[in-house]
Amino acid sequence: MKNADIRYLILGNSTAAVGAIEAIRKIDADGAIVLIGREPRHVYSRPLISYLLAGEIDESRMDYRPRDFYARHQVDARLGVRALRVDPRLRTVRVTPVSADGSERNDATAEELRFETLLIATGGAPVVPPIEGRDASGVFTFATWDDADRLTAWIEKRNAQHAVVVGGGLIGIKAAEALRARGARVLIVEREDRVLPLGLDRHASSMAATALRDAGVDLECGTIIERIVVADGVVSGVTFHNGRESSCDLVVMAAGVAPDASIVHGTAIRVDHGVLVDARSETSVPGIYAAGDVAQGIDSLSGASRPIPIFPHAYRQGAVAGTNMAGGQATFNDAFAQNAVDVCGLSTISIGLATAEGGDFEVLTTEDQTARTYKRVVLRDGRIVGALFVGDIDRVGIFTGLIREKIDVTSFKHLLLSGRLGLITLPEGYRRRVVSGEAVAV
Amino acid sequence: MRKWLTQPDFIVERDVARCIGCRVCVRQCANAVHSYDDEDGTILSESDACVGCHRCATLCPTGAIAVKRAPLEFRDNANWTARAIRNVYKQAEGGGVLLAAMGNDQPFPIYWDRMLLNAAQVTNPSIDPLREPMELTTHLGRTPDRVEIEPRPGGGVRLKTRLGPQLKLDIPVMFSAMSYGSISLNASIALARAARAAGTYANTGEGGLHRSIHPYADNMIVQVASGRFGVDADYLNRGAAVEIKIGQGAKPGIGGHLPGEKVDAEVSLTRMIPEGTDALSPAPHHDIYSIEDLKQLVFAIKESTRYEKPVFVKIAAVHNVAAIASGCVHAGADGVVIDGFRGGTGAAPQAIRDHVGIPIELALAAVDTRLREEGIRNHASIIVAGGFRSSADIVKAVAIGADAVYVATAALVAMGCHLCQKCHTGRCNWGIATQDPVLTKRLNPDVAIRRLTNLLRGWSHEIKEMLGGMGINAIESLRGNREHLRGLGLTSGELQALGIKHAGVGA
Amino acid sequence: MKRIFAREEYCLGCRLCEIHCLVKHSKSKRIIKAFRREQDTAAPACRVEESGRVSFALQCRHCEDARCIEACITGAMHRDPTTGAVICDTERCVGCWSCIMVCPAGAVERGRSRQVASKCDLCMGEDTPVCVMHCPNEALVYEER
Repeated sequence: MKNADIRYLILGNSTAAVGAIEAIRKIDADGAIVLIGREPRHVYSRPLISYLLAGEIDESRMDYRPRDFYARHQVDARLGVRALRVDPRLRTVRVTPVSADGSERNDATAEELRFETLLIATGGAPVVPPIEGRDASGVFTFATWDDADRLTAWIEKRNAQHAVVVGGGLIGIKAAEALRARGARVLIVEREDRVLPLGLDRHASSMAATALRDAGVDLECGTIIERIVVADGVVSGVTFHNGRESSCDLVVMAAGVAPDASIVHGTAIRVDHGVLVDARSETSVPGIYAAGDVAQGIDSLSGASRPIPIFPHAYRQGAVAGTNMAGGQATFNDAFAQNAVDVCGLSTISIGLATAEGGDFEVLTTEDQTARTYKRVVLRDGRIVGALFVGDIDRVGIFTGLIREKIDVTSFKHLLLSGRLGLITLPEGYRRRVVSGEAVAV
Repeated sequence: MRKWLTQPDFIVERDVARCIGCRVCVRQCANAVHSYDDEDGTILSESDACVGCHRCATLCPTGAIAVKRAPLEFRDNANWTARAIRNVYKQAEGGGVLLAAMGNDQPFPIYWDRMLLNAAQVTNPSIDPLREPMELTTHLGRTPDRVEIEPRPGGGVRLKTRLGPQLKLDIPVMFSAMSYGSISLNASIALARAARAAGTYANTGEGGLHRSIHPYADNMIVQVASGRFGVDADYLNRGAAVEIKIGQGAKPGIGGHLPGEKVDAEVSLTRMIPEGTDALSPAPHHDIYSIEDLKQLVFAIKESTRYEKPVFVKIAAVHNVAAIASGCVHAGADGVVIDGFRGGTGAAPQAIRDHVGIPIELALAAVDTRLREEGIRNHASIIVAGGFRSSADIVKAVAIGADAVYVATAALVAMGCHLCQKCHTGRCNWGIATQDPVLTKRLNPDVAIRRLTNLLRGWSHEIKEMLGGMGINAIESLRGNREHLRGLGLTSGELQALGIKHAGVGA
Repeated sequence: MKRIFAREEYCLGCRLCEIHCLVKHSKSKRIIKAFRREQDTAAPACRVEESGRVSFALQCRHCEDARCIEACITGAMHRDPTTGAVICDTERCVGCWSCIMVCPAGAVERGRSRQVASKCDLCMGEDTPVCVMHCPNEALVYEER
């Protein structure tokens, strides 16, 4: 091998990668970092694609970090390069440049990169249900900047007026909202009987549905699309399970994301849904780490091993990986779901086991119909394990803190939803830690 | 009966053009003068309860509040003043003793303002204290009639006479007795720590020595008063000096009364009395009915402190003050504290406060003269108290014959007191004369200490300037030097009592 | 770095900190005008919490390990490289409220416009934040700890 081993090799160019780079540079000012990014773009914020599509922000605001980010952190960023395969035994990664049309070039251009430590942060890939017609023109996924650009181009070229969004989850809602903002008529088709079924309970979901309908978005829940109707290779409508048809000129596939772990399949690196990691973000192979949407760790509230593809989590898991890669000590063992979603102006925040009920769970709720607010807190053994806020989200982070720190709330349970909860009502020891900033130390 | 004849003392005016409705005034007034009307979204100010403490006006961020004397005037009557009429109304309604706080506020003559200091010109040079040494160090305590020296083994000489215990002050100003109970713990702590920082002493009053002040006990004078609250051998030995309080300028002949509601757990512990009980200090010490009795207490204290602490006796400035002071010195006091009739109090009957006792200026002159005449001036220091307002007052007192001055009101004012004279209500908006935890936290000791030490530093500079102007380089040299004082607009009787010449009369 | 600390034992609950914070972050910077005309846009980033006898002022803690920066989807929430303060660049914030979701102190709020997050910026450019400067009892201190 001509080249020296790469001290830090990072596959992926998003939140987890940035978390890792920033953490590494806090410890190691100049160890070589090589970053492999499939998209030929400076690091940008993926959640912003819906804002871009909606026209709320322009391209200049897509950057997740300033333009000098790689230079300032001495990162050799190889963008437009795809990682093909990880060999944990030889500690190499095979990479190849991606051509402009997105296909890989022939194998002759591929090279092997040897690494000392590796971070797999390749993110997630959109799940596209096997619906007939899904390859037609006018069918899109919605996960990348290119997706947003393609949608924009399609809408402009075709003057698309009728959109069908397959999936009423987070991505589907944001896509629908953006398309609506561009003036399209939008129909969301959700397989479950309500929108945002993962984060919202039935009541919150109905509030979200109302907000969507008020904004002019149509909903079809509890049904699936049987077939995408294609004319001349182009989308012209969809057919529902029950045979009903609806015409449209574009379809967005937003049925979820799955960890993009293909490059480690068949290696010694253990994979379940995602790449399995421990609290140090390390995979089953020492020195090889994974973080972000590609990884699968322990949900600290349910105890289950599962991917938690959320933004703050990706950063932290990446940062923990980076710290450990650089010889520091960091762990991340308070992972749980946290989602802030604005549904057509209705703010919702869903934390932890927000929709849990029955069994050991005690559920507190309060609602103000005039103000269109709804709050739900889920307790187990005197501790908060889930919280759901709709409409009024002020200071919700206090709940996140209580969940994370597993604070016994029995003594002030009556205040939780009183509107009077503040730091001052929390146990003094915990309050003082939060106020002095200690409670948030790693 | 409804108190329908009593009208407010003040009127609170709100400049609506400046008021931003921030409600700071509502949150700050412990007397609930300001209130917020939720329905109308307006702030109301009901003047009836206003004591004129300026808390609201001081904190108002836009200066929208003015507190003015109530414009409701009585017909002019030199005899029946508004105060006299109102007092009658109050007593007719309540039937009790009218209570007041702080010092005598009546327009009696203030002799400090009728005396002028000297300055050196030509024949003796004045001194610039910024360029030349200037000594303010003061020692309090007995000094020997004569000193003997003896040869030091190996050459030279050393002092043979054994000196008694003394207090060393960097500035001839101390903080006089204010008990924890009458003032808050924060205020007590601030005084103690400021005394430490300024190189002087503070006095516990009859409040005991709270454990949080133990670290500063070397700068505390511990008081033994008629209730003997908080007194035990440990207390006496912790302090730098002990002061037996016989009388107080604001209420000579009257005892003290701290109501039970102010005796919370901490006050109870410090005073060594049951929680919630009234702390009653009798008018006299029930074991002192003569100078001889006093002597027994003085020496009992000296015995229990192994003659290591100076013992002071504090008396109110009354008509026969010189003879009483002389008796105190004969009883063994290392210092006599004289408290003039303008001295403050946390609570006293108004009739007593305003009509009993004499001005400290006259009492001081009489005591100093008497002790000199008896040849015992060196047996005890003279410490004076009672309404000292400025460095000039202090310099004049030293010129008449004082060794040091006690200030309390000035210290309270430095901490924020606005002299509203409502200490006895326990609702001090400035967090000083109260035990209400919501109010006491308004006095941050760190701030109070800085303000107190600033005041003393300022006074120290001024005293040095005045001394330098007189061509004197040590405060010792001014002590009792009444040639440096002249009276202005005083009668010959007053001049004689003060022992000074009239302005215009040369040496 | 210097941070603002509340000494709750000396907090008066007067809320002058909130008032002066609002003025500082108003357009006019003039107290009367800010309260009369700018209530729709200007909001304090300092909040006094009060319960019974206890009160204290709370601002963003500018945490060493700031969850809000990690959670920020745009990179608007960042650490100022010179002062170390956690700052929200409101030009870049899109109002996703992830910061509100993760702040354990509840110190980030939706701005009055409901468009972007609002939080303490330590009065960037001032030697002493206005809440500290105007606290009449020095119950707020700005210091290294």
